Amino acid sequence: MVTSLTVGVTAMTYGATAVHGGLPFWLPVLLSVVVLAGSAEFVFVGILASGGNPLAAAFAGLLVNARHLPYGMAVSDVTGSGWRRVVRSHVVNDETVLFTRGEHGPEARDAAFVASAIGISVCWPLGALLGALAGPLLGDPERFGLDATFPAVIASLVLPSLRERRVRAAALAGAVIAVSTIPYLPPGLPVLLALAAVVVAAVRQ
Amino acid sequence: MSAALAAAGAGLGLGAGTYVFRFAGATVRRRLGLGARAQRLIELSSVVLLVAVMATAAVADDQRYTGAARPLGVAVALLLAWRRAPTVVVIIAASVATALARIVFG
Repeated sequence: MVTSLTVGVTAMTYGATAVHGGLPFWLPVLLSVVVLAGSAEFVFVGILASGGNPLAAAFAGLLVNARHLPYGMAVSDVTGSGWRRVVRSHVVNDETVLFTRGEHGPEARDAAFVASAIGISVCWPLGALLGALAGPLLGDPERFGLDATFPAVIASLVLPSLRERRVRAAALAGAVIAVSTIPYLPPGLPVLLALAAVVVAAVRQ
Repeated sequence: MSAALAAAGAGLGLGAGTYVFRFAGATVRRRLGLGARAQRLIELSSVVLLVAVMATAAVADDQRYTGAARPLGVAVALLLAWRRAPTVVVIIAASVATALARIVFG
């Protein structure tokens, strides 16, 4: 599965970056299992590596991960109830929501969620471990353009959802809001601000 | 050693907090039994969030904008995705375009 491989490659970058920043190899691996959300882990590790305190790092990561609340709502049909929900909640993130979005009908959505969840649950921690251990040997991922793979995967998988004009308009507006506020807000907030476009869409209905 | 412990503790806290977001999201919709309109807005929210994540990841690291190479690569990805290219092609093309642009533009 291509996305799993991409996740694995990104994970290796993540693990290598953490170790390069002076952090012990087990930390990115621990986070990759316990948090399982790339962007937040990058931010957390970045703050620690630059000397920030762990509490600040955790709060920054939580801000980045606030989007998992609407994510959980978006896939609540798949997460279900009872023990299934307890287990499945943990693997709700960018990738599984992205994959599940592309499918319609309960069985297809369930299959997509489970498949992507297994893929990232294996590839993300494994990649983080490999990256953390082999980091210095890998060289600079930016040299190979690997930093573009994460947004490229989202582009490939989210585009079908943008065929409807209303959705496209909201997404574009949200992207503009998010990108323009980057220098002024801590990581995580620009993305959350994009939801203002959804509020506008809701009010205009 | 205590710095490592603090880091691990903070990491576990991040994991726990993230899980609360996830579980709450998964739970609240079922509990409230939200209607079709709310459902559409929730789905719209997930798309808007994903596009915002893509856009911010394409142009910046944390609070700093990157050079033109990565946005260019992501633009290539969007173009190919629009032309319904397979994901594998999109990703490879984006990486290659980014790497080349970096060589050319620095």
